[in-house]
Amino acid sequence: MVTFLGATINGLVLGMAYALIAVGYSLVFGILRLINFAHGSIYVFGAYMVYLFVSLQVGLFPSILLAILLAGLLALLVDKITLEPLRKKNSMLISDLITTVGVSFIIQNVLSVEKVFGSERKVFPSLNLFSNITIGHITIQSSQIIMFVVALLLLLVLTFIVNKTKIGLSMRATEQNSRAAKLMGINVNFVISFTFFLGGASAAIAGALICGYYQVISPTMGSLIGLKAFAAAVVGGIGILHGSVVGGLVVGVCECLAAQYLGSNVRDPMAFVILIIILIIKPNGLFGKKGITKV
Amino acid sequence: MAMKKNTNRLLSSFESFCYKYRYIFAVIYVLLCVSIPFLGLNRVQTRLLMMIALYAMLGMGLNVLTGYTGLVSLGHAGFYGIGAYVCALLQVNAGWSFWPALLAAGVFTAFIGLLLGLPSLRLSGSYLSIVTLGFCEIVQMILKQWESVTNGNYGVRNIPTPHFFGIPLTAKNGGLLLLIVVLATLTALGCLALKNSNTGRVFFAIKDDELASTMMGINTSRYKIVSFVISAFITGAAGGFYSLVNGYIEPTNFVFNTSILILSVVIVGGLGTIRGMVFGAALLQLFPEVSRGLYEWRFVVYGLLLVLMMRFRPQGALGWRSTQPYHLSKQAKQILAQPETKKGGAA
Repeated sequence: MVTFLGATINGLVLGMAYALIAVGYSLVFGILRLINFAHGSIYVFGAYMVYLFVSLQVGLFPSILLAILLAGLLALLVDKITLEPLRKKNSMLISDLITTVGVSFIIQNVLSVEKVFGSERKVFPSLNLFSNITIGHITIQSSQIIMFVVALLLLLVLTFIVNKTKIGLSMRATEQNSRAAKLMGINVNFVISFTFFLGGASAAIAGALICGYYQVISPTMGSLIGLKAFAAAVVGGIGILHGSVVGGLVVGVCECLAAQYLGSNVRDPMAFVILIIILIIKPNGLFGKKGITKV
Repeated sequence: MAMKKNTNRLLSSFESFCYKYRYIFAVIYVLLCVSIPFLGLNRVQTRLLMMIALYAMLGMGLNVLTGYTGLVSLGHAGFYGIGAYVCALLQVNAGWSFWPALLAAGVFTAFIGLLLGLPSLRLSGSYLSIVTLGFCEIVQMILKQWESVTNGNYGVRNIPTPHFFGIPLTAKNGGLLLLIVVLATLTALGCLALKNSNTGRVFFAIKDDELASTMMGINTSRYKIVSFVISAFITGAAGGFYSLVNGYIEPTNFVFNTSILILSVVIVGGLGTIRGMVFGAALLQLFPEVSRGLYEWRFVVYGLLLVLMMRFRPQGALGWRSTQPYHLSKQAKQILAQPETKKGGAA
């Protein structure tokens, strides 16, 4: 029972962080119908920026803030430089997909060049800011509590931005029908850039939180976690914020329980097993709206 | 504009030239293939050529699905892995010889393709890609976890050398290279026949406009599954060959990045073409070799290559539309030749 509870708590905490990454996929997919494979590498970039600024003695919180800003800007630049020209040319979705794969190659491999950061693992500053909490036989690390609370707060902020602000309204309008949104005077390109910025920023925060918990970073860590977060976004219903949260939690908990009871090899693919089951039962995810085919 | 016209004219004359002398080219090609064992290639060159031919074949496999039918798969490494494991395990554990094992690998993978094709009836566009992505990860898990059969993380080792009428086919005597070149050529011929067949035309119709194809009375679900099955068969057979390249296979040979590499071959070469697969495979396999001088930067440049390619030539390097007259099937010609009144009955 204790191991079960422990695994569940681990899963919930990890799930919250997945949700933060998943939101980035979800926002972009909602507007562009594009799986942004560069997102995982932006998460890595964010984590590395935190590492860089902390090692430059900037202090933990300012470093995280700087990292958020830089990762957001990088995501925005990726869109401006590589994806916007493709949109203007009305190119096929698959070209966009390959472009994001190429971008993720570039970011990951620039990070692992010896003179930049190097490909070996590095120790990341711990986020254990206060003492651990023990309830009965279960110990919860303080970094886990921070991860959960910060992720929850950020997701609430994101929900607020999307649902209550003017830019959020434009985002939703663009998602529903970008041409009509354009006719209503919405600057669609700005909205898309803003979406990429939000996604990049939340990925950087997730990077700081997750790496602060595991205390290790490497340039290649982003691809798997990115795919899993993406699976989480799809499980919840991609394009829907609370869907990402539920998806993230489901994936996180299932993963930790599977690792506990079925063996560590099962851990990583668990997200995809859930994904396929959910997609076969509900093709648009748990909270997904039924898509309408436009003729 | 004028330049475009010029390019088109050049392409057109180039195509007619190739078409006119196609038998001569075929003879030269066959002679070249037969002389492979006597060319005196060294180990590195042989391996490189093998990988190019292998990826050209994998590209053609994915091309049937993505280039013809327009279903984007991000999980072809899953099929590739299944083919490799079935072929290897049948030889190592069950003592089969290579040829039936290769066939079994293709058939079994095709069966898995059928199973994976079923959700394609319910899912569309990106969601289907996502399912294939998940499929690849699950195959990976099964390969790692089912230790009693697949030997888990250690992979399958000591895969025997195949024999062709008593002659061992190894990398050293060029036999393996010849084998994969023959397999790839057969695949290319098969793809060409498919492209010009009724089924192939239906695939292209589904890609261009699924709704319109349904309106024309085409059972699109059935053809999508057929496309999955053909694609999986080719990929599985290619996997069967891959088990011979190193003599061992392990689960990490068939990860998400492999799927992306196969997809890149298809996209960079030219979606829907066969020449493009060969070119794409050659480009993407040669690039890491040629650019060794760039050291750590080479995968940065590789990424840049993909991005620039999509930006300036999204149809792929060799992805031009054929300027040759449309190739009608015999049946279609017959129907067209018949008088107006009989057309309905013959169709």
